[in-house]
Amino acid sequence: MDFSLSTEQKEIFEVARKFAIKEMLPKAAEFDESAIFPREIIDKAWELGFTNTCIPSEYGGNGFSLLDAVTIGEALSYGCMGMYTSIMCNDLALSPIVIGGSAEQKEKFLRPFTEKPLLASFCLTEPSHGSDAAGIQSRIKEDGDDYILNGEKMWITNAGHADLLIVYCTIDPSLKHKGITAIVVPADLDGITVGKKENKMGQNCSDTCGIRFENVRVPKENVLGAVGEGWAIAMKTLDHSRPLVSTIALGGSVRAMDCSIDYANERKQFGIPISKHQSIQFMIADMAQKIEASRLLIQKAAWLSDNNLDSTLIASAAKAFTADSCMQITTDAVQIYGGYGYSREYPVEKLMRDAKLIQIYEGTSQIQRLVISRKVLGK
Amino acid sequence: MNIFVCVKQVPDTETKVQPNGDGTFIETSSIKWIMNPYDEFAVEQALLVKAANAGSTVTVLRVGGVKDTEALRTAMAMGADDAILVDAEDNLDSYTIAKSLKGAIDKSGKSADLILCGKQAIDDDCLQVPQVLATMMELPSVSVIVGFEQAGDTVTVKREIEGGALEIYEVKTPVVLATNKGINTPRYASLPGIMKAKRKPMQQLSLADVGVSLEDRRVVYSDFSLPPEKPAGKKFDAMDDAAAAGVVAEVVGLLRTEAKVL
Repeated sequence: MDFSLSTEQKEIFEVARKFAIKEMLPKAAEFDESAIFPREIIDKAWELGFTNTCIPSEYGGNGFSLLDAVTIGEALSYGCMGMYTSIMCNDLALSPIVIGGSAEQKEKFLRPFTEKPLLASFCLTEPSHGSDAAGIQSRIKEDGDDYILNGEKMWITNAGHADLLIVYCTIDPSLKHKGITAIVVPADLDGITVGKKENKMGQNCSDTCGIRFENVRVPKENVLGAVGEGWAIAMKTLDHSRPLVSTIALGGSVRAMDCSIDYANERKQFGIPISKHQSIQFMIADMAQKIEASRLLIQKAAWLSDNNLDSTLIASAAKAFTADSCMQITTDAVQIYGGYGYSREYPVEKLMRDAKLIQIYEGTSQIQRLVISRKVLGK
Repeated sequence: MNIFVCVKQVPDTETKVQPNGDGTFIETSSIKWIMNPYDEFAVEQALLVKAANAGSTVTVLRVGGVKDTEALRTAMAMGADDAILVDAEDNLDSYTIAKSLKGAIDKSGKSADLILCGKQAIDDDCLQVPQVLATMMELPSVSVIVGFEQAGDTVTVKREIEGGALEIYEVKTPVVLATNKGINTPRYASLPGIMKAKRKPMQQLSLADVGVSLEDRRVVYSDFSLPPEKPAGKKFDAMDDAAAAGVVAEVVGLLRTEAKVL
């Protein structure tokens, strides 16, 4: 057993951390306040190889393992959770192609992402179907060599800027999960309308919109795997993406703890720095414990996935634990800052707002517990 | 062009340095090393020159401990072609380092057309190696450069002098140049660059290989110690007009006798 990262992984972490501190962190507050989409930062991240970590080397990718990817994720999320959500969105969106696509589909759809900084969106959630994803209503109907797609998607990350949409739809809603199909939809096809950018509580720089599909004609060859295989592809995608999403919580947690330590050493009450008060020390000790445990869960989930072992339980455990921990840690960070923490002049209230989303997207903390309990109860 | 870049590995700027047991250097066992920030400008300039001169190679050189090779790996991840590491203690003086660098360049079998260094290392702040190296190699040198333009074998460099004014020099290659902040914006090592760096050659030499012995040292560190802790400041209350004159006299007296600044 060896808990150390490889020399390359350490170097990858250092360069990603440097990028996060120099390029992302200084803009985090402004981009949040004005809800500016971090296009320039995403493009720079693409140039340095921080994006599209899931694309295999035979299609022009860097051939990263998931352990490499989560190493990058923790470092970048330290700079801004919202920016990293938009940076890692491609990994979530393109994984279904890596998992379920044919060699031709991978060549056709993945390679362009290695040649220029394109964006993709993962389109699963609908206005009336979030956690109950098997009940989605977006439908495809056969028409000659094409399918005609109709439906509406909701809370789609990067939708306003996406070049490619990976859409989950059904051939027949009564088939429930057996009818679910994943299909690749170029965003410039006729009949696609992207809604307005949602006005959110946190992660404001990340773009989130609804999308409406009205009689969109998509070639049959764009179906990943076969009709009805979409559910299996989505579940495997989430096994892969949950460790990566968990790094958003981890990076944010580390940032919240660093802020808390700096402030607690500086702020004096009752004549001594508040870091000398046990009540503050214990809050910071709890942060440190949760951060260590979060990182270990993420790394284990990634390691299982890299070794083709069943990672579903640990990936869900990582997602639930890191998201809930991040919520607690950022809330405590605001508490340590006191009144200043509640002010937008200081960085921690943003961390708390950003953290909340991680308990919700890519499977709520409750859905993760459902997945975990099914696994451990042997259902 | 054969371009050489001399880099130093220094403790990360956030390191809390402590003297080692016998006071001959700082404690290095748990230090995070980084490339000396001024050397990043030298590496970047070398890569820019390489891009403008087809067929050029960039070799990075370092003299120091071999346990951690962070600085050389970073330079190769940024795009340098190969590296030479001279195994030595990290507390050598400027003269011995310069002599080792010259030995390593001689040993490389390539004639140097351009040698770039950072203007100073941020750990010992000696600002000597580039000039000593140039003297040993009998080459011209310009230090603290903030501008670089090349036309064939002529290089025009801008050098910052006191008061913010610039000196402009025209020099012929081969030349030793020492870079300052402002000359360029160093690139980040890209992730594919990091992966590629793994396969780039790093030659390791001993001090003997480059014709240097510890007898060459002109300076030997004997006693590292931390500066004395700053005593707490003193407060004087002069809000009351009647007392003010007495307080002023007291402060002036203390500035003379205790602080000895008057």
